[in-house]
Amino acid sequence: MTDVIIPVDTGLGVTPPVITEHQVSHAHEEHGPSGILKWLTSTDHKVIGMSYMITSIVVFYIAGLMALVLRLQLASPSGSLVSFQQYNELFTMHGSLMLYLFAGPFAFGGLANYVVPLQVGAPDMAFPRLNALSYWLYLTGSITMMMGFMVAGGAASFGWVAYAPLSSATNSPGAGGDVFIMSLVLTGFSAIFTGVNLVATIFYLRAPGMTMFRMPIFTWNMLVTGILILIAFPVLTSALIMLFCDRHFGTHIFSVQGGGSPILWQNLFWFFGHPEVYILALPFFGIVTEVLPVFSRKPVFGYKGMVFATMAIAALSTGVWAHHMFTTGLVLLPFFSLLSLLIAVPTGIKFFNWIGTMWRGQLRFTSPMLFSIGFLFAFLMGGVTGVMLAAPPIDFFVHDTYFVVAHFHQVLFGTAVFAGFAGLYYWYPKMFGRMLNDKLGKWHFWLMFIGFWVTFIPQYQVGLKGMPRRVASYPAGLGWQIYNQISTIGSFIIAISFAILLWNLWISWRRPVLAGDNPWDAHTLEWFTTSPPPHHNYTHLPPIRSERPTWDYNHPEAPAILGHGDSHRLKQKVGAP
Amino acid sequence: MLQRFGAAVRGRSRGPLILLVLAPVVLAGCSLPSFGAYRGSTTQGQDAFKLWQGFFVTGLIIGGFVMALILWAVFRYRRRSEDIPRQSQYHRLVEILYTVVPLIIVSGLFAFTVITENEVTATPAGPVQVDVTAFQWGWQFYYPETGKLVEGETTQAPQMVVPAGETVNIHLKSVDVIHGFYIPQFNYSQYAQPGTVNKFNINVLHTGVYRGQCTQLCGLYHSVMLFSVRAVTPDQFAAWVHEVSGNSASIGQLKAQIKAGGPGA
Repeated sequence: MTDVIIPVDTGLGVTPPVITEHQVSHAHEEHGPSGILKWLTSTDHKVIGMSYMITSIVVFYIAGLMALVLRLQLASPSGSLVSFQQYNELFTMHGSLMLYLFAGPFAFGGLANYVVPLQVGAPDMAFPRLNALSYWLYLTGSITMMMGFMVAGGAASFGWVAYAPLSSATNSPGAGGDVFIMSLVLTGFSAIFTGVNLVATIFYLRAPGMTMFRMPIFTWNMLVTGILILIAFPVLTSALIMLFCDRHFGTHIFSVQGGGSPILWQNLFWFFGHPEVYILALPFFGIVTEVLPVFSRKPVFGYKGMVFATMAIAALSTGVWAHHMFTTGLVLLPFFSLLSLLIAVPTGIKFFNWIGTMWRGQLRFTSPMLFSIGFLFAFLMGGVTGVMLAAPPIDFFVHDTYFVVAHFHQVLFGTAVFAGFAGLYYWYPKMFGRMLNDKLGKWHFWLMFIGFWVTFIPQYQVGLKGMPRRVASYPAGLGWQIYNQISTIGSFIIAISFAILLWNLWISWRRPVLAGDNPWDAHTLEWFTTSPPPHHNYTHLPPIRSERPTWDYNHPEAPAILGHGDSHRLKQKVGAP
Repeated sequence: MLQRFGAAVRGRSRGPLILLVLAPVVLAGCSLPSFGAYRGSTTQGQDAFKLWQGFFVTGLIIGGFVMALILWAVFRYRRRSEDIPRQSQYHRLVEILYTVVPLIIVSGLFAFTVITENEVTATPAGPVQVDVTAFQWGWQFYYPETGKLVEGETTQAPQMVVPAGETVNIHLKSVDVIHGFYIPQFNYSQYAQPGTVNKFNINVLHTGVYRGQCTQLCGLYHSVMLFSVRAVTPDQFAAWVHEVSGNSASIGQLKAQIKAGGPGA
């Protein structure tokens, strides 16, 4: 930061530089090596961010293919596509890849890595080399996880939660479990380093004028996510090391026989696991909060309420872990029930802010906007069923059934996939200087939207009828088959939609349509620089007087922001040249 | 404290009160649909079911309201011109409303959760006790008063016999990994864990056979770790429980059989 001088542009009326095709293809080659060597050695947050995104999307497609195998197996009561053992390995890996190696790294390693320094007007992350280390640990961890299929005895088959004592050396012998543990230790450190980097960057590298309350909501959410990572991931990493000691060094931390406590694993795991849910959700809430205002041509409604709601969610998320353990009989039910129910309040505030943002706007239904609205519907249903699960008497009878499977897929698919791909469609023009085809984007969206409901609504019903999760077969004659078959059809509709995304990426690479710097007439700082941005992001910056510096710069004629409790900024805007 | 609060509200007034607060639009509680769940074949299951109805109706109202707002915004405010709309950002009254109203709703939901929770987890002593022991991959049902023992694993799912209309105390544990004791029609499940005994009651309302299954992933044959519960009249139960047990294989022998023969799949 210190050796890069960013001249602050004070004059209005100067149009931002228009990008040329020459710049599109050469923007990344201004400094340092090019080609493969650039990707291997770069400490540029943009290159690392893109590496993260590419790797995590590859992981997403692999884990998605596993889901198709799982769904095919369940299309008939005694499916014989895979054996029981293979089925257990496949759902363990599907969950592990999606949760540990796709959703999180795609958000905080990929999008946040790329976007946050741009949004705060910084030339790079605070610790570029640590950032590179994060990525290489993540890549190594991902490869390690998938190598589980190649070891004797197969991959880990104890579920992504690895409950003790099923994950002990006696009950899960073989190297598959060890490979799983080592992979998560590697990616755990990777996440911690990224958390450190995000927090330091946001606190210390903001451009002149970028006060905390002028930061875009995406950056706010990544700050809170970074703090949550620092709270949650060290707990997981140390619990995994304890588990490894139990498996190999004769300790008895989680085994009853040696005086240990199996429930301790669940407490440690979910103390990580529930904040993790919000580590996976907050970045995606941030994406939606970027997209909705831009395509409504309005500021975020209730900006400060949104920030405090995010903080409230993060604070509550550290006190709700045992709602995953209601049926253990070993937790204080009312406490965890109350805190879990309370999360509905700040989440509701977010919903009303998103609706308020669209209210009386001029809505443009581009691909990112459609994916964001799809997120609203998916997350609404996932949220309502989540409130039901917060009541222990209801949780007792749907815990570990397909009802819960449907619930968390609606939440996680809603956030990581709907909002995640809203982010991809939204920032792709900034990253590559070229557009994704909007018509194909809409096909992708509508097929995915339909497939999503067809897949998960029947799972709620079959769960209420008593179908447990993680079963490779189920009794015939209970009426479960039809729900499973509908769900399987839905999963293939989703698969087709992701084939369309691949096609869209392919044609944007083969037949580029240039995007320009700011194709969406967006609000935040990253749209002020070129697409893709130069090596250190900015040659000059606009004055930063609100959370929408690029909008202020491009729309000096726009009416001032209206609303209570913000009169100081109103005056400032009126007084601005 | 919470239990005392629950006890204070408990009683005859409870049912109507739930509906009054949770579902003001629906007047007749009994005619509410089941919303996909079982109505509950035990008294505990029925209590849980009523809470489910309350939550579902509340969710339907709130979710429907929010969805209507989203749909209205999406259809009403599609782009009609190139004009920049009013740049409104804050509206203090609306912001206070959508913070305070959800807090009140959540408090109501929590109150009824606690009441129901105290009912379904209450464990007054009953005439029959069953010690349920889960193992990879089967169940053992032991009746300590009479020494009656029923066991079975994947290929011969065991059946637990209980008297209908009476309180049955279940003592649940596991000898190896964590299992889930789940009877869908009872609207209840608990973990069977090594080193811990979970105690709960079931009061089955009517005679009949109810299927049960392990819900917590417990290894290779988790999918086929089935059992069932047969509720009979108290007289039939007394006769059954004094029969000489036909099944005397120990869990160790059953596990050896599984390892040797690989039943299940």
